Amino acid sequence: MSYISNTDKQRRSMLDTCGAGSVDDLFTDIPANLRPKSFCLPKGKSELEVASFFDTLSKKNYSNLVNFVGGGFYDHFIPSAIDAIVSRSEFYTAYTPYQPELSQGTLQAIYEYQTDICRLTGLDVSNASLYDGGTALYEACQMAIHATDRRKFIVDGGVNPIYRKMLNSYAVNLSIEIVEVPVSHGQSDRTNITALLDENTGALVIQNPNFFGVIDDHTDIVKKCHELGILVIQSVYPMALSLLKTPGEMGVDIATGEGQSLGIPLSFGGPYLGFMAVKKEIVRKMPGRIVARTLDTNGREGFVLSLQAREQHIRREKATSNICSNEALCALRAHIYMSIMGKEGLRECAQLCVDKAHYAIQRLNAIPGVKVMDSSPTFNEFTVRLPIDAGECVGRMIDKGFAAGFPLGRYYPDMENYLLVAVTEKRTKHEIGLFAETLEEILCQ
Amino acid sequence: MNPTDRRYTETHEWVKLEGSVAVIGITDHAQDALGDITFIELPKKGAILKKGREFGVVESVKAASDLFAPISGTVTEINESLETAPEAINSDAYGEGWIYKCTGFKKEEYDSLLDAKSYEALLEKE
Amino acid sequence: MSIIFKKSIEGRHGVSLPESDVPVSHSISEKYLRTKKAELPELSELDVVRHFTELSRKNYGVDTNFYPLGSCTMKYNPKITEKIASLDGFSSLHPLLPQLRRGGMLTQGALSVVYELEKQLSEITGMDAFTAHPMAGAHGELTGMMIIAAYHRYKKNNKTEVLIPDEAHGTNPSSAAIAGFDIKSVPTTSNGTLDIDKLESLVNEKTAAIMLTNPNTLGLFNPYIEKIAAIAHKYDAQLYYDGANLNAILGKFRPGDANFDVMHINLHKTFGTPHGGGGPGAGPVGVKKHLEKFLPISRITKRSDGTYALDYDYPESIGYISPFYGNFGVCLKAYAYILLHGAEGLKEVSENAVLNANYVLHSLKDSFHVPYMKTCMHECVITSKNQGEKGIHALDIAKALIDKGYHPPTIYFPLIVKEAMMIEPTETESKETLDAFISAMKEIAQESQTDPEKIRNAPQKACVTRLDETKAVKDMDFSFHG
Repeated sequence: MSYISNTDKQRRSMLDTCGAGSVDDLFTDIPANLRPKSFCLPKGKSELEVASFFDTLSKKNYSNLVNFVGGGFYDHFIPSAIDAIVSRSEFYTAYTPYQPELSQGTLQAIYEYQTDICRLTGLDVSNASLYDGGTALYEACQMAIHATDRRKFIVDGGVNPIYRKMLNSYAVNLSIEIVEVPVSHGQSDRTNITALLDENTGALVIQNPNFFGVIDDHTDIVKKCHELGILVIQSVYPMALSLLKTPGEMGVDIATGEGQSLGIPLSFGGPYLGFMAVKKEIVRKMPGRIVARTLDTNGREGFVLSLQAREQHIRREKATSNICSNEALCALRAHIYMSIMGKEGLRECAQLCVDKAHYAIQRLNAIPGVKVMDSSPTFNEFTVRLPIDAGECVGRMIDKGFAAGFPLGRYYPDMENYLLVAVTEKRTKHEIGLFAETLEEILCQ
Repeated sequence: MNPTDRRYTETHEWVKLEGSVAVIGITDHAQDALGDITFIELPKKGAILKKGREFGVVESVKAASDLFAPISGTVTEINESLETAPEAINSDAYGEGWIYKCTGFKKEEYDSLLDAKSYEALLEKE
Repeated sequence: MSIIFKKSIEGRHGVSLPESDVPVSHSISEKYLRTKKAELPELSELDVVRHFTELSRKNYGVDTNFYPLGSCTMKYNPKITEKIASLDGFSSLHPLLPQLRRGGMLTQGALSVVYELEKQLSEITGMDAFTAHPMAGAHGELTGMMIIAAYHRYKKNNKTEVLIPDEAHGTNPSSAAIAGFDIKSVPTTSNGTLDIDKLESLVNEKTAAIMLTNPNTLGLFNPYIEKIAAIAHKYDAQLYYDGANLNAILGKFRPGDANFDVMHINLHKTFGTPHGGGGPGAGPVGVKKHLEKFLPISRITKRSDGTYALDYDYPESIGYISPFYGNFGVCLKAYAYILLHGAEGLKEVSENAVLNANYVLHSLKDSFHVPYMKTCMHECVITSKNQGEKGIHALDIAKALIDKGYHPPTIYFPLIVKEAMMIEPTETESKETLDAFISAMKEIAQESQTDPEKIRNAPQKACVTRLDETKAVKDMDFSFHG
């Protein structure tokens, strides 16, 4: 299948204009000895054949298990209007809005998205998106280095282990020191964190709700950090923020997170949406694009990319970040989601998650040998202790049609019998009941 | 025309001596090349700067330029009004647009800088 | 056009959710709750759809008209790839599934997509192994530089510098800086190619890597490729290939054959995945054998029984640079694109891309100043120098094109050419489209002489005129406050 319009006749005419005998004449700058040693790919196929191939391939994925797996990425309901809107090619085939007169659609949508994120997080300025929650967290640490000139970071053990691994990977080249503090009874360990805070610390990195699903109020730790000029970076679950105390209310300086729960499909890991919101005092250190509202020569309202002097195309090696392409279309999805769910709808959805999760807790606690860790408040995810290895249990549940949860032993060596279970508004009472019954059956075997 | 009462660098800063105090800013050419200046990162009071070292950044909508200390010295005063009104650099680069003052500099460093004529010759070549 | 928040009506409802079917109504303790609701819009579904439909009509995409942005490869995005990415078996798949016991067996379709794409990219570029993890080109550059840093640490080399041409994209130096390196810039000669003598004088034992874009950002193929590779490898410096301009050389040149050690590809450029208004993209990174052990984990392997599995056993790996397997949805589209085209199809891509660019160059050379008049590759650079005497700049010409119904080309890049306009037609544009664009450009050249004021005041036919960017920076209005 080719998407080339020109015919041989047209190409001939164009070659004549160029004064070239053949197309090969245009490639003479490539020496003969540097031509490809091999270029073997399967022969190109028609659209029909390719469609059929991928249809078959997609059926080799078991996407219809009843899903209780979370770990930072959730099976939420996605309103159909989102796909309808983002499939308008004026949105998805557009480029970065560097020419604002032709991109007011994208620019206004991003400005509105920035506003949504500010209102959700309670902070002053949001950027136009980063790649995902993990790179957003790393970029926040970079920001803290620029803002404080300090290179020590304290990272709470409740921060998503995948994000912590990413931070450690990036940190290798930055000569920064990372100190991890395990959680205590499910929440941030105030004693040990406070003991580590000093004038060399650039930032404290925390998460709410944390990886175990536990909710916390970090206001007290934030105060302690600020007394020593330490910034606080909090990774958050945006759906939960419709109900929970915001980073802004806690005094947090930088909020980051994964926006996948805002109308973005799970899609086997990406594309996702990293969001970041900050206090206005540090906006100039912020990575990523930012859209501003302004006026045109006729005094009409318009939108434009702004503070570009921070970015790589101007500052090069001194830029706040190397980021160029972001997740603009995913940010658009998230904004449409927040608009169509709305002020009340998002809260209703979050409350459904809470209620269904707590129903699941009730049902699971009733199973002999199973104990839900309930020493701390949770949102829609919780930790369950099983009488057998959690990985083994999950393997057996898969045979019964359930993705039962995430075995914590995968990232926490002492927790082989612990399972992380997430419940969203999509799980019905029937599914939850069946899940509990099936688990009980398996444990009896 | 660039004032003859001061000296210039190849990186478009100027230095004017007022007794034992040196006043530093950027040239008319620099502000023109940048366009409307929107932000300047000023040095800190008390900072000890070495000749040729970066001391700040000046930003416009489409560009950012590092600023280099034309002479060594200790920063005694900074033009704080530029924090809210950086456009003074555009309107009066040699007067109201001064950036910082320093003391403890070496006269030889000042003498080795370009005079107005040499600076203009440099601009001609660009 | 009103901001969406101004359209809110208190109590209005968008999507409705099912009522709760569980006998539990749990209240989280008040100390953990926000005190005021987030002021998100309150609109009906129709309100929302109309709002975004109106916004879309103020936008311009490849599907609208010609998009000659140099360095961006704004080619047509095949619609079948959109359909494939939305298949439920791909879009609903949770990324943690393969990490569950027997979970790999649940995701064989998805794992095969990533594995096969990596294999095909290796063949296309002549590299030995690929990772699909980087989520954008710049992310790929950073990953590549981190791999190089890991290599030098492994060999206990003390390498601190990276050499980068002055015409390189800003993501090159910024990525190298984040990977911990100091940057040394290498000038370009008046011929438009890298100053090879200067490069040679700058390479020494401290050089960790040389980053090259080829063809370079002026659209010219580097004639010194083999010499540069030899110079670099003499000092064990790694040669990095910025694949942003891959569209020029598909089937004509493979960086791996020319001794490049690391490279990245922009799937949203060369492999036709849509730009989305600024993203998402994907920037897979390819390496030669000696660097394979440093690739990020997880890697995907194929067992002897033909099934695919995740492999984490790479002790020298740079670790995790993405949460999972990359921007899977984007990779899926690129894989489909390669299957649609095949080897012959990809060769046709580069042939037509290069022909189109040369056609535009030759058609405009009499009206516009051409800084490097020679055969270009997939993009050409012209400047507004001829129009300068009437006070017209590249910016003005760009804005005047908007009034003619076109998206402007890239302007003021590369930085080394004054008043640059970089045009990359891509292979999917027809001769008629190019002829219409060429006519429009010639008209503007004319009007620059006869009516420069009109050009300076452009655009007048878009939904806004030129915007006050200085005011935007000063006001810092980044979020609506009512």
